[in-house]
Amino acid sequence: MEIYKADVVIVGGGGAGLRAAIAVAESDPSLKIALVSKVYPMRSHTVAAEGGAAGVKRPDDSFDYHFHDTVGGGDWLCEQDVVEYFVKQAPVELTQLEHWGCPWSRTADGHVNVRPFGGMKIQRTWFAADKSGFHILHTLFQTSIKYPSIKRFDEYFVVDLLEDEGRCQGVVAIEMATGEFTMIEGKSVILATGGAGRVFRESTLGGIVTGDGMALAFRHGVALRDMEFVQYHPTCMPITGLLFTEACRGEGGYLVNKDGYRYLQDYGLGPLQDKPKNKYMELGPRDRLSQAFWYEQQKGRTIEHPVMGSVVHLDLRHLGEAYLRERLPLIYEMAETFMGIDPAKEPIPVRAGVHYTMGGVCVAGNCESSLPGLFAIGECASVGIHGANRLGSNSLTELLVFGKVAGDEAVKKAKSLPPGNSATLLKQAQAAEQRVLALKTKTGGTERVATIRKEMVKSMEDGCGIFRVAETMQANCDKLAELRERFKNINLDDKTSVWNTDWLSAIELDYQLDVAQAMAHSAINRTESRGAHQRLDGPDGAYKVRDDVNFLKHSDAFYVPGSAPRITYGDVKITKSPPEARVYGAAGEKADQERKASHV
Amino acid sequence: MVPLVKRQTRKGKHPMSEQKIIEIEVLRYKPESDQAPHSEVYKVPFTDDMSVLQGVQYIKDNFDGSLTFRWSCRMAICGSCGMMINGIPKLSCESFLRDYYPNRITVEALANFPIEKDLVVDLSGFIEKLEAIQPYIIPKEPRTLEQGEYIQTPEQFSQYIQFTSCINCTLCYAACPQVGLNPDFIGPAAMALLHRYNMDSRDGGQAQRMELVASEEGVYNCSAVGYCSEVCPKHVDPGNAVNVNKINAAKDYFLRFLSPKGGAQ
Repeated sequence: MEIYKADVVIVGGGGAGLRAAIAVAESDPSLKIALVSKVYPMRSHTVAAEGGAAGVKRPDDSFDYHFHDTVGGGDWLCEQDVVEYFVKQAPVELTQLEHWGCPWSRTADGHVNVRPFGGMKIQRTWFAADKSGFHILHTLFQTSIKYPSIKRFDEYFVVDLLEDEGRCQGVVAIEMATGEFTMIEGKSVILATGGAGRVFRESTLGGIVTGDGMALAFRHGVALRDMEFVQYHPTCMPITGLLFTEACRGEGGYLVNKDGYRYLQDYGLGPLQDKPKNKYMELGPRDRLSQAFWYEQQKGRTIEHPVMGSVVHLDLRHLGEAYLRERLPLIYEMAETFMGIDPAKEPIPVRAGVHYTMGGVCVAGNCESSLPGLFAIGECASVGIHGANRLGSNSLTELLVFGKVAGDEAVKKAKSLPPGNSATLLKQAQAAEQRVLALKTKTGGTERVATIRKEMVKSMEDGCGIFRVAETMQANCDKLAELRERFKNINLDDKTSVWNTDWLSAIELDYQLDVAQAMAHSAINRTESRGAHQRLDGPDGAYKVRDDVNFLKHSDAFYVPGSAPRITYGDVKITKSPPEARVYGAAGEKADQERKASHV
Repeated sequence: MVPLVKRQTRKGKHPMSEQKIIEIEVLRYKPESDQAPHSEVYKVPFTDDMSVLQGVQYIKDNFDGSLTFRWSCRMAICGSCGMMINGIPKLSCESFLRDYYPNRITVEALANFPIEKDLVVDLSGFIEKLEAIQPYIIPKEPRTLEQGEYIQTPEQFSQYIQFTSCINCTLCYAACPQVGLNPDFIGPAAMALLHRYNMDSRDGGQAQRMELVASEEGVYNCSAVGYCSEVCPKHVDPGNAVNVNKINAAKDYFLRFLSPKGGAQ
């Protein structure tokens, strides 16, 4: 087995991982950084983010506004001290990215421009046309090349964490091009592996979004927090689930049902507005908009398509071709290429699809988990800023703000610790190698990776949808337990070493099943409705509403080998925003005024 | 292009729901057992919404799990899934089976790269080229974070923005006849990225990058065929970037006689 001794190991080369790597390199160039990723960094799913990154920019905005938008948007399940830090650092990090060359869209006088986004009181979303994630990722990747202390392990697939003396001390990875194993030692390990949305069928996500880091931490006893909160994005391409950014609505797009009616006015987001108005109508938060889509479907007011299923229309026609080409060029091309639609002439059929995992590896504000030396950042982490529903454009900023935090903290940790016991670590790494190799070489199985995956994603869609009831949630839990058993009987077509993606998909599926179970069991145990977790059941419909008495709590899912995860509950940090009714549109504005008056 | 929404067939069945069978011929190569690449043909049921990538995924999921290819985003932005489709470098996620049916379609690894397995090529050479061009801002006038953002006028912005769109899919390398002849040629995408930073008003690194532009691996390898720009899925026009730099390099060469630092300052 190859051995590499680093000081800081980073798993994942997307926005968060790259930002952390740069932070370590800038803070102490003498530290050796191993940046391990199963794809070349610029392939990471940050690349697909479209709309932009939130950070206070305008003189009429304030940190306090951004804080309240975020905490209210998260239905009060946010760690408020962490949110306070986040909103203050946001503009600093976004400016830093500008200095590194990110081509943020500009105003006519040459300053960075901002656009409106859902659930945000003032426009504060920095954007690079509708390819913000792409530009953030490439800017960070290209900037990272400047630092010689960052050693990349591109196309290395991590299969286990090393844990000794009560702390995390490295990872074991497969070099995909050869199938050989490498042990990478480090005094700090940062997980930055992204979300887990591919456990669902119809999602906006790339094939690589399989929850690897979540499962790795989970299996080492770290809690996965708030996993029941899965974001459905209201405007996705039917069948493929590809994303039409919220910026379509930020720029003035309408959502209409089969009668051409802007139905959001019926769901507490009105009254109707001609121009985009922050926190009204199409600029409401994603959970509310996806729920409205579901209600329209129930009422028979969606457009029924023989192949695409139930859809509504995203209407951009009134914005005109020139404006659309400037502000939403990617969306324009996607509609043309994938759907044969000219969005300047025809409305785009859309439906809600899975987009984001609010929950993740439970970490403190310094990004460290309960396993000392193990940090987590970005979508794979739950640092506490999204609560029960993430606001669009907060997650790209999160990558930067907490990438920097984790990088700095990892440096402190690495400098304070003695080297680990290499012999013990090697023994562990070899055991992991044998375990993972056995999955590839074993014979006599009858199950296919693709079959189990297909059943899992269908079951998750049925059981953890936009609205949930105990019966289907239980069926989902049962199905996942069955698939867990059947996974033991898996058989691979490919038994070779070089570039064995059959094998790697099986390891991913193994991760996905663990993460799916954490989601399914966290969901069925939360007998209330909050943010993206909405129930329709309970005695007299009791679970249809938020229950702050019993559930103003984070859920923590703990791994139990061979069984369903154990779910416990932890407190939420409230600093300055006690829970209130969560209202938007005119009701939201009234509540804002009342809050202001009561503070005077 | 088939509109997904409006058109109904005579029988009232939507064209997308109709299942047809297309033959996909895939160039296979398993380095551990094959002496040389060979073709295998698969009969794949498809609907009109399916991409070539989905066709290849269907083969992997249903016929042969050992078929190997890179892919991720499915929306032509991650740059992973480039393949030779009927001999033309394309992103398989935004190429559609319906456009080839009823003919057989051939799918091969990108040209001009060593094949690692099936449709996966060795990209390490490309990555080294990308790293070599210093693809980061070398500040002309350093600025602290407290000073806020650099000002960039629409005119300054328009100088470089087109060249930021490269997704590193390497289709242009598969298209470039000169990369085929001289694998060390820095190539279209890396040169476009170099140009992107040179043209950015925040950057002052043009002189540092000039050595590479004018070197043996540099712009003079280009024979101005322009196929790179033709296959670029993001309209970056790398051919233009290469040729502008030919002029810059020539200017620099002559100005060297007048100033020891050369012309690119």
